[in-house]
Amino acid sequence: MANASLSAWGNLDWPPAAEEVRLADRAAALPEIAGSLLPYGNGRSYGDVCLNPGGTLLQMRGLDRFIAFDEATGVLACEAGVLLADILSVFVPRGWFLPVTPGTRYVTVGGAIANDVHGKNHHAAGSFGAHVRGFELLRSDGSRRRCSPGENTESADWFAATIGGLGLTGVITQAELQLRRIAGNSIAVRNQRFTGLDEFFTLNSKAEAGHEYAVAWIDCMASTPRGVLMAGDHAEDLLDAPSGEKNVPLTPPFSLINNASLRAFNAAYYGKPWPTVQTVHYQPYFYPLDAIGHWNRIYGPRGFYQYQSVVPQAAAREATGEMLAAIAESGQGSFLAVLKTLGKQSSPGMLSFPMAGTTLALDFPNRGAPTLKLFERLDAIVRAAGGRLYAAKDARMPSAMFRDSYPQWQAFQSFVDPKFSSGFWRRVMEQ
Amino acid sequence: MKRVLIIGATSAIAEAAARQWATQGASLFLVGRKAERLQAIAADLQVRGAKLATTHVMEATDMAAHEPMLAAAEQALGGIDIALIAHGTLPDQKACEASVELTLQEININGLSVIALATRLANRMEAQGSGSIAVISSVAGDRGRQSNYVYGAAKGMVTRFLQGLRNRLAKKGVQVLTIKPGFVDTPMTAAFKKGALWAQPDAVARGILAAIESGRNEVYLPGFWCLIMAIIRHIPEPIFKKLSL
Repeated sequence: MANASLSAWGNLDWPPAAEEVRLADRAAALPEIAGSLLPYGNGRSYGDVCLNPGGTLLQMRGLDRFIAFDEATGVLACEAGVLLADILSVFVPRGWFLPVTPGTRYVTVGGAIANDVHGKNHHAAGSFGAHVRGFELLRSDGSRRRCSPGENTESADWFAATIGGLGLTGVITQAELQLRRIAGNSIAVRNQRFTGLDEFFTLNSKAEAGHEYAVAWIDCMASTPRGVLMAGDHAEDLLDAPSGEKNVPLTPPFSLINNASLRAFNAAYYGKPWPTVQTVHYQPYFYPLDAIGHWNRIYGPRGFYQYQSVVPQAAAREATGEMLAAIAESGQGSFLAVLKTLGKQSSPGMLSFPMAGTTLALDFPNRGAPTLKLFERLDAIVRAAGGRLYAAKDARMPSAMFRDSYPQWQAFQSFVDPKFSSGFWRRVMEQ
Repeated sequence: MKRVLIIGATSAIAEAAARQWATQGASLFLVGRKAERLQAIAADLQVRGAKLATTHVMEATDMAAHEPMLAAAEQALGGIDIALIAHGTLPDQKACEASVELTLQEININGLSVIALATRLANRMEAQGSGSIAVISSVAGDRGRQSNYVYGAAKGMVTRFLQGLRNRLAKKGVQVLTIKPGFVDTPMTAAFKKGALWAQPDAVARGILAAIESGRNEVYLPGFWCLIMAIIRHIPEPIFKKLSL
């Protein structure tokens, strides 16, 4: 309760919360507080969607117990503060895997639901929320609502509002997830280099037809965009987890990511030997950055932004090309540029980010005005293409852009708990 | 598989240790004050792989309840291989100074109830000729300091008692392990500012399991407290009494 210390992954300079309160267990009541409240999971969203400057943050990591597992159906009931990493460490040895996983396993189940996260299998499996069988929602009036998907029921309305609901509809205390069977703990990966977006789209549509997972890394510093498409499927091999996690022990006084280091890294990464086919442990395939603790510190004390957009498929080739050109022209490169197409499966949440189309995710060191200027250019391209930005990554989206691109925001408002708010929500609602 | 009795099973360190035993497929008998919390923990341990996780509600200071609890544990587990005594409170030192009653109550919880339980466990394990008694004492028991000497006195008593017990049981094939955690980030210490010396319950629990496994007598967790406490123990009293520790 004492020291305000909870931060978001981007390490941007946000005002602190007035208070941090730990929720002791799933039966506990919400604290009586004067201002607004927001549940805080593991702080892996990038901007202010997990922050509540001036208000209260409710720490959820204490709710980290499993409740039940049905070996016959693969449905796991657990508390909302359980990390996806905990689920993997217990269930992978028993032949079960997450139905959908984002690029880090250090997020809570509650956070994964509240942001309706997606993964490298979106084209095959949809978003995380599509595999949630139900959850309990604790509201500030003390009520506990059982929410589950379905047709035209009140429970289904609350379910749709809370999946991707950014923690604003109440506290998710516990949830039931559908796990999926796996034969081993490894992934058979097929790597393919590509040059130019046309080649990417051709290779990618083939990869998605034949593989459960597909994602591409792109070198946006190259004059023609180039990269590596990594398609994968679960394999039967049992491999040892890679050992020796590294850690960035402290924040350097300046960003280690600059144009020179980027150009060198990207060229070396693109040029390194990429075995065409290889079988690897699931960790390096899904979570390459989890192997480096606090990697966000490399961006120095000013922090960094992630800009993740999705644009509908019809406009994807053109819009993605324009964005990459705008980035190249601005002279601000991105170290982690990820390109992936999202499938047609609609997401269950009112404010879910995924839509059928192409998503591009880029990290930029915070250089102040020039960085924000670049984002305005990118916004214009995304808006013209009928796309939108991912709230979990956002720290600066204009209010009008949010409202135009998430047309259900008005319907969503009636589900927001009157005591709940976040930095993000006040920003896009102009409150 | 191991049969483990945990007294004070809702404490953060005990729960972290229980999870590690559960992952190994152990059978666990969980004793604590709060029935609902114990049941939530037992369910979690079962999902994690525990062969058995049974709960038992008991007030540790209710000395008459100790013997029936141990009988129930033996029956449920079919014998006890490891007993972890983990219950305790962190007294408000200032409040204790103003109240003899509170001081004695804290000594009773953190000292006498532990000694009572360890005695009964020792007699059972001596008879069976095997087993491990692991007790969470504290670095605070190594030297009395103005900031928490009531807690320190109770833990110091426990540490000294276990030394004698270890000496007695060494020839009988029973391990007696004194665990001395330093600062651990748990609900018990929620009010403190956390710095570099603070450890997570998970890491402390790993240390406990490893110390039991390797038959250790005494363990500081994390290990660097061994050095810190060696320095603190060796400061001459005329100087020590003037320090604000």
